[in-house]
Amino acid sequence: MKTFGKNSLSKAGKVLAMTALAAGVSLANAADTIKVGVLHSLSGTMAISETTLKDTVLMMVEEQNKKGGLLGKKLEPVVVDPASNWPLFAEKTRELLEKDKVDVIFGCWTSVSRKSVLPVIEELNGLMFYPVQYEGEESSYNVFYTGAAPNQQAIPAVDYLMNEVGVKRWVLAGTDYVYPRTTNKILESYLKSKGVAEKDIMINYTPFGHSDWQTIVSDIKKFGGAGVKTAVVSTINGDANVPFYKELANQGVSAEDIPVVAFSVGEEELSGFDTKPLVGHLAAWNYFMSADSKENDEFIKAWHEFTKSEDRVTNDPMEATYIGFEMWAKAVEKAGTTDVAKVEAAMIGIEVPNLTGGMAKMNKNHHLSKPVLIGEIQEDGQFDIVWETDGVVPGDAWTDFLPESKNLISDWTAPVSCGNYNVVTKTCGGAVATE
Amino acid sequence: MRMYCRQIFLALALLVSFTGQVLAAQDADNLKALTSQLIAANYAEKEQLAGQIAALDDERVLPILSALLEGELFYKKDDEQILIVKGDAINNAFSGDAVDVPGKRDKKKIGVNNSLRGELRSLIARAQINSRKESVRLDAAANLLKNSADVELTLVNEALAKETSSDVKDILSLVRGLILLKSEDQAERITALELLDGSLYPEVRASLNQFISGFSEEEIKTRKTEYTAATKSLASIETLVEMNGYIENLYFGLALGAVLLLAAIGLAITFGVMGVINMAHGEMIMLGAYTTYVVQQLMPDHTGLSLVVSIPAAFLVAGAVGVAIERGVIRHLYGRPLETLLATFGISLILQQAVRSVFSPLNREVATPDWMAGTFMLNPALELTWNRLYIIIFSLLVLATLALVLKRTLFGLQMRAVTMNRPMASSMGIRTGWVDALTFGLGSGIAGIAGVALSQLTNVGPNLGQAYIIDSFMVVVFGGVGNLWGTLVAAMSLGVANKIFEPIAGAVLAKILVLVFIILFIQKRPRGLFALKGRAVENG
Repeated sequence: MKTFGKNSLSKAGKVLAMTALAAGVSLANAADTIKVGVLHSLSGTMAISETTLKDTVLMMVEEQNKKGGLLGKKLEPVVVDPASNWPLFAEKTRELLEKDKVDVIFGCWTSVSRKSVLPVIEELNGLMFYPVQYEGEESSYNVFYTGAAPNQQAIPAVDYLMNEVGVKRWVLAGTDYVYPRTTNKILESYLKSKGVAEKDIMINYTPFGHSDWQTIVSDIKKFGGAGVKTAVVSTINGDANVPFYKELANQGVSAEDIPVVAFSVGEEELSGFDTKPLVGHLAAWNYFMSADSKENDEFIKAWHEFTKSEDRVTNDPMEATYIGFEMWAKAVEKAGTTDVAKVEAAMIGIEVPNLTGGMAKMNKNHHLSKPVLIGEIQEDGQFDIVWETDGVVPGDAWTDFLPESKNLISDWTAPVSCGNYNVVTKTCGGAVATE
Repeated sequence: MRMYCRQIFLALALLVSFTGQVLAAQDADNLKALTSQLIAANYAEKEQLAGQIAALDDERVLPILSALLEGELFYKKDDEQILIVKGDAINNAFSGDAVDVPGKRDKKKIGVNNSLRGELRSLIARAQINSRKESVRLDAAANLLKNSADVELTLVNEALAKETSSDVKDILSLVRGLILLKSEDQAERITALELLDGSLYPEVRASLNQFISGFSEEEIKTRKTEYTAATKSLASIETLVEMNGYIENLYFGLALGAVLLLAAIGLAITFGVMGVINMAHGEMIMLGAYTTYVVQQLMPDHTGLSLVVSIPAAFLVAGAVGVAIERGVIRHLYGRPLETLLATFGISLILQQAVRSVFSPLNREVATPDWMAGTFMLNPALELTWNRLYIIIFSLLVLATLALVLKRTLFGLQMRAVTMNRPMASSMGIRTGWVDALTFGLGSGIAGIAGVALSQLTNVGPNLGQAYIIDSFMVVVFGGVGNLWGTLVAAMSLGVANKIFEPIAGAVLAKILVLVFIILFIQKRPRGLFALKGRAVENG
């Protein structure tokens, strides 16, 4: 035990010296690289979803470097782990911007983590790409939202169920936090505007990670037993989905009787399911791995090579990350610099191919125009695309279906240059609306 | 025109046998042509095609429609040959010959959506209602009941006339009732109401509801007999359904209680008996669940058996990790509860991250054997899920076994001796150190067994344990530390209480209410429901 102290001290010394050396080398490199910050949780509850996005960014960086980098410089990824801890997201953002001096950040998953990053990134004038579907009601100068806004996921899904499936009664089931609450508020007001009566809407919230769904599924069964076509619109998040679908299957609720359309269940989530009982339930996304296009085949091939596994699936937030990265790379080349103001100006109007075919376009409100797809779950854990919108749908930062935001628009080009411009009073309310 | 041809053909077929073959040959050609059209058709067209296929007289119609329903109907991309794929066996749908398809992407599935699936089920049910097997007929009848809107009355009447089984007859007469209820003829509607009276099937309730809401003010007076009969039978159905609802809720409560019990039994040993505040208890459950996953990977073709094998395997794995933790860390910390808490919390984080590194942060898929899926129908308004029933029984078995071990074995005796009076036990020649290690191992092992059961209900992922740790402590503290009987009563009463609150207050508030209740209860009785008396209490 005594000798341990001396030996390990000298060892520690060596290690320190080596690290210093390594740090010196990377410092020398830093001057001629473009730094790409990756802000995704690699541990904690959200690691299940976010680790994949970190890998996607790393793959995109590697591919860009193979093509010779950007502006003649190599890209250098800087990966940090905010550990599913919301305040830590803000700290890590500060670290990335102040210490590592990154030129762009790809990151966040949950809305609460994005809200935690927002003040920091606005204060230090950074640039972030947010790749996940969210509840909208936000538009920041420093953030580009490449995931779906509610009108690019929830509302088309409800339209599909109403018009194609003939659903007349609605269960809005969600986890109890900001995204489901806002989405359900929007959907409720949308359904009512379409003439659905109050008694035909059932709203239900459950805690995070809820695992005992017996009562709720039995209630849904009773609610759907009224002889009118019923569907469940699910904003149930993360781990709570598996026990929910298992209970549905066990109580004999099949997709033909009461279909469930989910906004948070994709290929990756399904890879932890026994999908047999889920066949026929629906999901609404802007991308499915089963989409038939040349770009998608190439992307899947690159992903399998990068992860060295043929079994890894791709999903919608990955496509959003891909689109965001491609757009940023194009904008940097167009602007000839990584300066935030110039890249921001160059971003607007930029088009890159969707993986599902067609082009995605970045709009003045920092949201994308892209197609919306509805898929049915298949036995192999993939989705069969059963419906898609005719053309692309422009993302709406401020929904028209809530009274507090229906007069608001976001336009980051002159002369408006505002994230929440009130078209009636002609005033700008700052980055986030006060409710 | 076609009908006419067919009739002539039919007449001829009675006379000349080979004409029958011609007819069959023609249907066979039609079958091929129609099935091939499925490849390019959209979903609406597919529904029409399926209807046309079902009308053909060919023995291959049923297998093809079933394959389409099950998602087993494929086509080869190069020559558009229709294939039926069952596992690794790929056969031509018409000839039944084995077909060699080299690449995974060389064949493509003929897609089905929900409404097509419903249509197929009802088409298949219509064909199978005449099957020789009673179980097939029963399923078919149940399917007809679901799709009664597009079933023809003659089909039901014919099937009823030759049906021998009373179970199938009951359902078919309900189908008949549902069809007759929509009839224009008053006498038929009244027959329908008689047929439907007292049935608890949700379809019947829904139809009666719609039937009643279809009456106008005036019609209520003019068609009084019908109206009163319908409202009366609906009211009696509603009362029965409501009563069944209470029983169902009680069952849900017991099932939740069983899960809580399973999660807490292990902790009742490590925390209850030994007094170790074991924050890594949830991770022992998680290890058990991962053991189930690994065992299932080793024997992929025996889902049911693998679950049985997992029980001892999970006990050994989690138990061994438990013994290692006790020998490595906890034994140095006895009598220092705060340090124990921190150390075990650290261990729980290490174990979670270890699992993330070994198995990836994604959830793992654990299959459910067929005998655990589905429901056990007491009556149409009260169906109990099999998996919950098994888990209730299993949790009670585990508790009983543990009680036996504690009461009847030498190890149990030593364990009780050590917890009651350590110095005395030691001076009697009991190796208290080893008893501690084994006791901790026993508690951890039981947590592992709980993991096997939970793998059937929830996701197997690194966070599995976190979801149950709070609940486990809640149950043990509420039940009275150190008392197995208390753990049982606490788990069951918390489960039932939760389920009583849930329909009234919602899931989120129900949980809060239960927590508030426990806090108040502990204020009043700090030692829980069943407090231990005697020396053990004073020694802590």
